[in-house]
Amino acid sequence: MNQIYMDHAATTPVRPEVLEAMLPFFGSEYGNPSSVYGWGRRARQALDQARDKVSEILGAEASEIIFTSGGSEGANLAIKGAAWAYQKKGRHIVTSAVEHHAVLDSVLWLKKQGFEVTIVPVDEEGMVSPAEVEKALRPDTTLVTIMHANNEVGTIQPIREISEIVRNHGALFHTDAVQTAGVLDIDVKELGVDMLSLSAHKLYGPKGVGALYVRKGVRLDPLIHGGAQEKRRRAGTENTAGIVGLAKALELAHVDREEENARLIRLRDRLLEGLQKIPHTKVNGSLVQRLPNNVNVCFQYIEGESMLLNLDLRGIAASSGSACTSGSLDPSHVLLAMGLSHEIAHGSLRLTLGRDNTESDIDFVLQEIPVIVERLRAMSPLYQR
Amino acid sequence: MYSDKVMDHFTNPRNVGEIPDANGIGEVGNARCGDIMKLWIKVENDVITDIKFKTFGCGAAIATSSVITEMAIGKTIDEAEQITNKQVAEELHGLPAVKMHCSNLAAEALVAAIEDYRKNAAAGSAS
Repeated sequence: MNQIYMDHAATTPVRPEVLEAMLPFFGSEYGNPSSVYGWGRRARQALDQARDKVSEILGAEASEIIFTSGGSEGANLAIKGAAWAYQKKGRHIVTSAVEHHAVLDSVLWLKKQGFEVTIVPVDEEGMVSPAEVEKALRPDTTLVTIMHANNEVGTIQPIREISEIVRNHGALFHTDAVQTAGVLDIDVKELGVDMLSLSAHKLYGPKGVGALYVRKGVRLDPLIHGGAQEKRRRAGTENTAGIVGLAKALELAHVDREEENARLIRLRDRLLEGLQKIPHTKVNGSLVQRLPNNVNVCFQYIEGESMLLNLDLRGIAASSGSACTSGSLDPSHVLLAMGLSHEIAHGSLRLTLGRDNTESDIDFVLQEIPVIVERLRAMSPLYQR
Repeated sequence: MYSDKVMDHFTNPRNVGEIPDANGIGEVGNARCGDIMKLWIKVENDVITDIKFKTFGCGAAIATSSVITEMAIGKTIDEAEQITNKQVAEELHGLPAVKMHCSNLAAEALVAAIEDYRKNAAAGSAS
């Protein structure tokens, strides 16, 4: 059976060129970058080159890049690290209602430690209003963290406007760019951010590695102690192969970013248009400020997990924000924050496109989904034909 | 994550639909938590002679609804009332732990349908 992967916001396959770049560091070049002899020096050189590449793409200096174990660690380090380092100045943090749990749960953990938190709402498209952020700022606000684009509904946030407000107020600004790195322009000066976190496996790199940009002069208390690596902000022997893979993947993504985005937008819009022909279907997120690869819809009267199982039986990999798939009793916090009812939110389906998807994949999915929706609706006590 | 038997009942659910002249209807769950089961039963001489369901919910919710229709048909209402959610899960060769309480409502739906039947029957004989 033909297998169609449409869950690229969850993870992506490693590109062959990335794997090739990584392989020597599992084999002959296994040295510890902190060692003085040849093996160590060669590993150090690979690490330095990777740091140069990543910093160049971010418009940053090499010394402003901290390599991490991924997006979650990056968000944890930025948020907890800055909140702790600046707690004498203030203990108030601002974030949004639609952040990834890596951000939201870090902020809520700080709240348990005695920090104060304001969670700004979003509109029905999942958009954070700069004015709402401004309203939330207090004299003791030290940190604001708002994602660059949402992982569930693909809404791209007005980061430049928000960062300007935060900067003028004198607080620090972190953005979670896990969904946008390799897709949108993530020049940190353009965005006006103090910190930015990203992850390799969302951009055709390996799992278990990411990067955090920290503007020069911004202090961070480390999460991991035990060595002088990453300028004492992240102890532990560097993941040389992973870091080399991250740099290669980011570099490759930026070679043809614009052509690939244009192709994905064509596929995305065909898919959105086709799905909207199904009655009682609602598109979630902004139609304008939207990631090129994101499709998120709610089919009324049916539940997400049963849809995913049916799609899987037809070889289609997708995801949903239903309670069953979120691992809690409530459906997606993002859809609820956008004002959707629990009933509607349970019927959400996310399809996220990638390099391996083609026009014929879209044809196949558009042929299968209406049949599945109709079949489940015929079984639903909520649906009256 | 699901047993083959769950997937069998999910992909080929038995007894889907409604019974227009049902003499007992049970509905449990709510859309807020993501699972609603509705069961229609036809009872003749205290025996369940026909049973149909409609379910809004996940794979486990659909499979438990389907399997309970097979377990209940041909049983007397007193026997059918004794079926537990645990037995339904066992009949399906187990359910994932997270599904045990939220999506395993079929026995409750059946009890609700039987109670509805008894109420209707009592009202019928009283008139």
